[in-house]
Amino acid sequence: MTHCPECEAEITVRDLLIGEITYCPDCNAELEVLRLEPPSVALAPQIEEDWGE
Amino acid sequence: MRLAILTSRIRVEEKLLIDALRQRAIAFDIVDDGELLLDLSNPDERWREYDAVLSRSLSQSRGLAVLNILEHWGVRVYNPAVVTSTCNDKLLTTLALLQAGIPTPHTVLAFDSQVAIRGMEMLHYPVVLKPTTGSWGRLLARINDRDAAEAVLEHRETLGSYQHHIHYIQEHIAKPQRDIRAFVVGERTICAIYRTSEHWVTNTARGAVASNCPVTPELDSLCVRAAQAVGGGILAIDVLEDRQRGLLVNEINATMEFRNSIAPTGVDIPNVMLDYVLSAMQEEVVR
Repeated sequence: MTHCPECEAEITVRDLLIGEITYCPDCNAELEVLRLEPPSVALAPQIEEDWGE
Repeated sequence: MRLAILTSRIRVEEKLLIDALRQRAIAFDIVDDGELLLDLSNPDERWREYDAVLSRSLSQSRGLAVLNILEHWGVRVYNPAVVTSTCNDKLLTTLALLQAGIPTPHTVLAFDSQVAIRGMEMLHYPVVLKPTTGSWGRLLARINDRDAAEAVLEHRETLGSYQHHIHYIQEHIAKPQRDIRAFVVGERTICAIYRTSEHWVTNTARGAVASNCPVTPELDSLCVRAAQAVGGGILAIDVLEDRQRGLLVNEINATMEFRNSIAPTGVDIPNVMLDYVLSAMQEEVVR
């Protein structure tokens, strides 16, 4: 378990992959999974102009 | 046999590809483009472990840079850098389509706003102004008259980067509230969807609804020719239906998103993609 960098709510990364996006259940912040062991998340970067197809 | 998947983020598409690789028991690594440090004159030995690298970078510019470097080092990549480069740039795509005689909307290019307005009036309003390197249907403008043209062009020239000072202007196609997204893998159109929306931008990233589009011989032939025009590979072709001229190829995507297209078409797109990559890798091994 880790914590939301925005609101400090508890975040679990079970069944997720590194690089996957998840959402904080409390504040709905968009979080990117950085590590699984030990779990670590960060606020996901904002969409950049060259993202996507 | 070992594959690398180059990513910026793990989206639904990447998870589907990972699931398919696991089901086939194919060895693979996920390579995060953000963590790469590429010494151009000293190829990292890790890349020699891979029989191929499938680029799924969310960032078009990162993906293309890595493809260029890996190809330079002799690593097999999908899609090739030249294909990706052409598809990432709407101007290059249009030129490739014109070169191959593929029907496409009438397009003009200008650099000066007053000249751009002349181009719009030559095409007749409404017209569509696009950035040459945009994605997900962003920053598209349907311009209905000269007032709107002056306003949008002034905004682009004042607020935009130099890339937004290249005015890529297309005739507006009065499509029937939908366009077609066709998926070409190798020499076959594997499936297609209609993208339907009440908005004139019919992109699923902008809320359009996907439904199955039958792949007719005409659609298959057009899309395969369009794919070959940009170099071929694993490509998504955007097609507009024009009342007079029939099917027109609008854009081609080299790092295609397909999450909304599997259910309506019933085609297992990630597995077909892998079939293509793996069969090319096996041919290479046999040689």
